[in-house]
Amino acid sequence: MEDLLNLDVSPYTDRIIAEYIWIGGSGTDVRSKSRTISKPVEHPSELPKWNYDGSSTGQAPGEDSEVILHPQAIFKDPFRGGNNILVICDAYTPQGEPIPTNKRAKAAEIFSDPKVVAQVPWFGIEQEYTLLQPNVNWPLGWPVGGYPGPQGPYYCGAGADKSFGRDISDAHYKACLYAGINISGTNGEVMPGQWEFQVGPSVGIEAGDHIWCARYLLERITEQAGVVLTLDPKPIEGDWNGAGCHTNYSTITMREDGGFEVIKKAILNLSLRHKEHISAYGEGNERRLTGKHETASINQFSWGVANRGCSIRVGRDTEKAGKGYLEDRRPASNMDPYTVTGLLAETTILWEPSLEAEALAAQKLALNV
Amino acid sequence: MALLNDLINLDLTDSTKKIIAEYIWIGGSGMDLRSKARTLPKPESDPKKLPKWNYDGSSTGQAPGEDSEVILYPQAIFKDPFRGGNNILVMCDAYTPAGEPIPTNKRHAAAKIFSNPEVEKEVPWYGIEQEYTLLQKDINWPLGWPKGGFPGPQGPYYCGIGADKAFGRDVVDAHYKACLYAGINISGINGEVMPGQWEFQVGPSVGISAGDEVWAARYILERITEIAGVVVSFDPKPIPGDWNGAGAHTNYSTKSMRDEGGYEIIKKAIEKLGLRHKEHIAAYGEGNERRLTGRHETANIHTFKWGVANRGASIRVGRDTEQEGKGYFEDRRPASNMDPYVVTSMIAETTLLL
Repeated sequence: MEDLLNLDVSPYTDRIIAEYIWIGGSGTDVRSKSRTISKPVEHPSELPKWNYDGSSTGQAPGEDSEVILHPQAIFKDPFRGGNNILVICDAYTPQGEPIPTNKRAKAAEIFSDPKVVAQVPWFGIEQEYTLLQPNVNWPLGWPVGGYPGPQGPYYCGAGADKSFGRDISDAHYKACLYAGINISGTNGEVMPGQWEFQVGPSVGIEAGDHIWCARYLLERITEQAGVVLTLDPKPIEGDWNGAGCHTNYSTITMREDGGFEVIKKAILNLSLRHKEHISAYGEGNERRLTGKHETASINQFSWGVANRGCSIRVGRDTEKAGKGYLEDRRPASNMDPYTVTGLLAETTILWEPSLEAEALAAQKLALNV
Repeated sequence: MALLNDLINLDLTDSTKKIIAEYIWIGGSGMDLRSKARTLPKPESDPKKLPKWNYDGSSTGQAPGEDSEVILYPQAIFKDPFRGGNNILVMCDAYTPAGEPIPTNKRHAAAKIFSNPEVEKEVPWYGIEQEYTLLQKDINWPLGWPKGGFPGPQGPYYCGIGADKAFGRDVVDAHYKACLYAGINISGINGEVMPGQWEFQVGPSVGISAGDEVWAARYILERITEIAGVVVSFDPKPIPGDWNGAGAHTNYSTKSMRDEGGYEIIKKAIEKLGLRHKEHIAAYGEGNERRLTGRHETANIHTFKWGVANRGASIRVGRDTEQEGKGYFEDRRPASNMDPYVVTSMIAETTLLL
């Protein structure tokens, strides 16, 4: 059976298999199906549009169920190998309107605004996730009906009593590199059974495409491994860390000399739109952003250098160099990267507060800009 | 799960020049190893060319939450036996953002001692014998021991073979090859006196590299036990009673000791060590008083004595060293949970600088 799964068909045919991937009705469920394409392609525009049964994913009524898939990004398929590909798509009505759960379309609009294009926005996204034992939905490595020893030894730890599921993290790392995803690192997290991978720096809309493809690969790998993946932001109540999706962000002016001032202005803008951002930063985040476990409380906006208890953290090297990037620590692990990256660009590049609002906020945050 | 293995063993050298670098450091307890990985644009063999990095010190007991960044300085590169290809393991030490070594960073002070010209010219060699015990997961009882009971008394197990005498050889053998692959100077292995206990030796290594290699070897060992589903313990006396403890005997020589007339140099060095017995013992590992009892091939922790071929002494000199009039000596005092940076540099300091 393995021989068949790993069969390299390229000596026998030019045809390739394309796995079309899209986001389903909940906004976090990923779906996919495959089709044969007559020969290898370079660019998503060469791929045909397709459609799927939206009534089976909560995205269309039964009497008018076709939802159209527009191919947007291509990655190499690490499961099928050869010239086979994965295709990240977004979903439209037959009339060409993005369906309500399609967050990519709005983000793509923001990222093609000339003001945003000129700023060359970079994103580095730190995706945390938790592995669960199947059927009991209790974290991997935890005793069933009980708890492991308290947090402390697990962050970046090694050993059978501290690290649960490394195979999945490592297989995922190589699979992403093979696929062409811009994965920049991995680490074991503070809560046992929890892991993180980072994607970036990616420019504009790519950040979202790469994260969604990475999430797809992760769920396919956990499927093989027989464990369950959860992106819930607070999988276990109590003295256990939640799971976030910290989003590191910079524009060209932030990366140049004098950039720290631009960063502070961006933080000011973000402070004035805290509620809008929070409501778009993931369902259930209020269970995670408590002010404990390396988070800031959900109702308060704060920032600080090297401070992991803030909404926004600026690294020491950015402070020293006078330029760099900021880390928005508010997004939950189940956030939609199209939404979050688009909103960050919009608030810091396209949106302007009133002068009084700005002055008040500057005072509150002790920011002289 | 054959496909999961295919992904783990994927050889990326055909698809990309990028490599994965696993940065390794020592955590807040001084014994817990931590690591995380990052992508680098192309293969690298010079640690000085690798980027510095940082980690969340507040999660390892090494920094407060409001000022949590601890900086990692790459110090030594080894090939990654788990990822293969051009991927690497990077042994690091930890600094504040201002460039000061953090309190648990023992490498920094050791490196200073080893770059002292008086030490450098003596080319100090170290051979470290790392003992360790394998435990069954969840119950933390030695591997191969009956749950709720004890195996037959010590005797048959040292270098023994057979399903009733050797427990966990797979781990030891996998570790041996992994270390050789990685470029660690592993010189041998053997089954130890207590069942479930093993030993590997690293050396001869010069100066600071002894510490780097032992820590990298410990990391590889913990990764292998993780895969095997057993727990490794570096506790110096894992089971009280008539069971051997675990040590990290440190063999040592300088250029003068290895040259003609070296035996006199060795005797002088041992004298100097005798005068600093308390200081050394304090730095030779937590819990060592449970191990250095004077029984089970140890010398009592309060007594300093040396002897040729004497395993009940603090320092043992081999018969061949005595016969040839030159060679090396073995400090048998360090516990298995000693920090090799501390022990190696302290021996150099006491014998060469004081």
